[in-house]
Amino acid sequence: MSAILIYAEHDNSELKSGALSAVACAQEIGGDIDLLITGQGCGDAAKHAATVPGVRKVLLAEGEHLEHHVAENVAPVITALADDYDYVLAAASTGGKNIMPRVAAMLDVQQISDISAVVSPDTFVRPIYAGNAFATYQSTDAKKVITVRTTSFEPVAAGDGSAEIETVDAGSDAGLARFVGAELSDSEGPELTTARIVVSGGRGVGSAENFKLIENLAGKLGAAVGASRAAVDAGYVPNDYQVGQTGKVVAPDLYVAVGISGAIQHMAGMKESKVIVAINKDEEAPIFEVADYGLVADLFEALPELDSKL
Amino acid sequence: MKVLVPIKRVVDAYVKVRVKSDGSGVETSNIKMSMNPFDEIAVEQAVRLSEAGAATEVVAVTIGPAAAQEQLRTALAMGVDRAMHVTADEGLQPLAVAKTLKAICDSEQPDLVILGKQAIDDDCNQTGQMLAALQGWAQGTSISKLETGDGRITVVREVDGGLEKLELPLPAIVSVDLRLNEPRYPKLPNIMKAKKKPIEQTSLDELGIDATPRLKQVKVEEPPARKGGVKVSSVDELVEKLRNEAKVIR
Ligand SMILES: Cc1cc2nc3c(=O)[nH]c(=O)nc-3n(C[C@H](O)[C@H](O)[C@H](O)COP(=O)(O)OP(=O)(O)OC[C@H]3O[C@@H](n4cnc5c(N)ncnc54)[C@H](O)[C@@H]3O)c2cc1C
Ligand SMILES: Nc1ncnc2c1ncn2[C@@H]1O[C@H](COP(=O)(O)O)[C@@H](O)[C@H]1O
Repeated sequence: MSAILIYAEHDNSELKSGALSAVACAQEIGGDIDLLITGQGCGDAAKHAATVPGVRKVLLAEGEHLEHHVAENVAPVITALADDYDYVLAAASTGGKNIMPRVAAMLDVQQISDISAVVSPDTFVRPIYAGNAFATYQSTDAKKVITVRTTSFEPVAAGDGSAEIETVDAGSDAGLARFVGAELSDSEGPELTTARIVVSGGRGVGSAENFKLIENLAGKLGAAVGASRAAVDAGYVPNDYQVGQTGKVVAPDLYVAVGISGAIQHMAGMKESKVIVAINKDEEAPIFEVADYGLVADLFEALPELDSKL
Repeated sequence: MKVLVPIKRVVDAYVKVRVKSDGSGVETSNIKMSMNPFDEIAVEQAVRLSEAGAATEVVAVTIGPAAAQEQLRTALAMGVDRAMHVTADEGLQPLAVAKTLKAICDSEQPDLVILGKQAIDDDCNQTGQMLAALQGWAQGTSISKLETGDGRITVVREVDGGLEKLELPLPAIVSVDLRLNEPRYPKLPNIMKAKKKPIEQTSLDELGIDATPRLKQVKVEEPPARKGGVKVSSVDELVEKLRNEAKVIR
């Protein structure tokens, strides 16, 4: 039976949804699943992790040097445990992307990034070229280091498990990168990558002020707000709103693209949404090729009307 | 401060790639190739550091087939001081790239390596972090700001929740995100000059790199196609469809 270690991200009190998707992926691979929680003051997150069904053990590493999840300090905690595992997994979040390749190189393993399906215990599918192709790879490394495309694996529900929590060696400060500060967006409403509905605006929205129209609609629908790169570059919204090949990947039940042309890089991040709506004044816009419902209209007329009818 | 910038030749970002019918990969012959867009941003950053007097020398390096020299010429035209070409087959995987870059770091002794955050062909987002691990250096990934200081740099990273600021002691590795800068278009005289500049050559063999792929590509397929939808003629019709047909809103 193989053993799988998941580097599970959390907010100090609960696991992030991506960690629960990684568990779902691990269950498809098959084996004993242990969750590693690192940080400072994250005992509650470990308790939450212990309630995930099918988890064998929760490993907890706490220390001041782990508080901000600096890669140079977290990676050695993972590699110190890796001997006992056949797989090391994490969500393909910015955290997982930052830390896991460092782990993989320390273990002399070629990581498999952002997998969207498990074919067999050593063979996986992942998108390449902004999702314009899907490649199947067989890993010849004895140990597998993998990041998981969270939209491809339905997160398991935490709840009735009762795994034991074991404290593990937290290592020490590598004395390399030093955390100075963070500027986190305090967006209201649901989180972009897990929201059931996403309303995104593009360059067509025209200004930060006009983005209120997008926010209002999102508010009405209980949706998260997203954006194209052009809207972020123009300063209408913060960077963490970007959906796409090099931003966030989302797959909500409903994705509403407003004033977005539908560049391949944008579509890479939303093409797997269940229902796509596009509102664009250009009937030739490529976004209409993937939209289930397309409305050719000026957004400054359509959005207020939509708002009034919901 | 000496700066090394690894660059990759990739299918241009605005080409719609096609999967070969035999499933062996994507079509790359007779297709526009470019420098990976993130690497253009990396080159731009390095050249700005040198223009500001913070960098003493900027070296661009690519690992790949002979055609990749075209992208080295672009880097020279943008203003890098030297260009190195490590001959290798196409499709080298990030661990092998990182090992090769480690060998280059051993001989060149850079204080800062600036990479792209991801190559837009393999979309791996691994090489910078792997090189940092192999060197035992600090890393700042997906950065949108870089300031130099005495023996250290400060970077702002784009992360899922917003922005994060880190201070890194040199030597260090950074990978750049889209909003760090807007790369310049090289001027024609610089393009002409770049054509005559020497490109230093080496190979994986000379550097003693074992590049045996750890991942075997089994097949490459088209993504599942979305079936086309309909155009609605009014906001009313849209609301009606979303409520009663798609049942995604109440
Ligand atoms: C390396 C690389 C990575 C990238 N990564 C990403 C990424 O992750 N995510 C991403 O989104 N992009 C990404 N891009 C950028 C991408 O190529 C496009 O440039 C970008 O998505 C365009 O954004 P847009 O659709 O908002 O703007 P545009 O393409 O300018 O489209 C604006 C649209 O708004 C419509 N419009 C204008 N006014 C109105 C109106 N009043 N009413 C209705 N419609 C209107 C127009 O008809 C047009 O279709 C990347 C590019 C590169 C090179
Ligand atoms: N063959 C290569 N030669 C030089 N640099 C490379 C090569 N492959 C990747 N890189 C660098 O590593 C970055 C990340 O690539 P990847 O990890 O493949 O997504 C790129 O943006 C380049 O800066």
